[in-house]
Amino acid sequence: MSDTVLEAGAELAPKTYPVTRASLVRYAGASGDFNPIHWSDRIATAVGLPGVIAHGMFTMALVARAVSEWTDGAEVVDFGAKFTNPVVVPDDEEGTSVTISGTVKSVEDGLATIALTVVSTGSTTGESQKVLGMPKVSVRV
Amino acid sequence: MAVDGSLVGRAFPPTRPYRVTDEKVRELAAATGMSWESGDRVPATFPIVLAFDAMNAFLEDVEVELSRIVHGEQKFSYVRPIAPGDVLTATLSVASLRQIGGNDIIGTVSEITDESGALVCTTSATLVHRAAEVA
Repeated sequence: MSDTVLEAGAELAPKTYPVTRASLVRYAGASGDFNPIHWSDRIATAVGLPGVIAHGMFTMALVARAVSEWTDGAEVVDFGAKFTNPVVVPDDEEGTSVTISGTVKSVEDGLATIALTVVSTGSTTGESQKVLGMPKVSVRV
Repeated sequence: MAVDGSLVGRAFPPTRPYRVTDEKVRELAAATGMSWESGDRVPATFPIVLAFDAMNAFLEDVEVELSRIVHGEQKFSYVRPIAPGDVLTATLSVASLRQIGGNDIIGTVSEITDESGALVCTTSATLVHRAAEVA
């Protein structure tokens, strides 16, 4: 259960989820997205990426998970984001992590609109970077 | 290879009807660390399973390699929530096409409809087709 109150201005407690190579393999299998840039360093670097990156949809699915946890599974009406920076996932035990925070922008006409911030933190570098641009979700309240 | 500009406005054939099952929803939810029980709400990104099928068929048709595609943007706009038991179909059309720095920026829209033909969700994706490096 969540004790989040969805009212304008409310800050939603950040959620951090780990992302490892194993997460990507599992997500590839479940979603059907077998793009090799999500599992092969060789192919990822050959197309100019820094290495294997997470599926944008995996990151978005983690955001949906955070929203579901904040809102006790409220009905999502609109959900969108730009994939502005890749989530690079190193081939080690820790991988990386994605942290999602949110602010309720408005509650009107039965819909709560939440503006989100989604950052990825490298386990080795410790550096955080925003990975989604303008991520926003509207849920029915 | 640049993608042909005449694609804009073209609709591709609908995907094969897809039956949403508890097992599939649970599997996809588990892949993001969620435990999902029958009766719980289907995660909002679920339609990507169908939209991805539609995208694969589209890429094959225009002879673009999946490994050269990076996701630029994704949106979901729901008419009603998806529930297990739904039989859904995705129909992809190309909404826009532009070139930036040798990359094709392809805007696609997939309409997810149910067995009765009613619209359940519209999902739009921007696909970045990365140009091959010039040697």
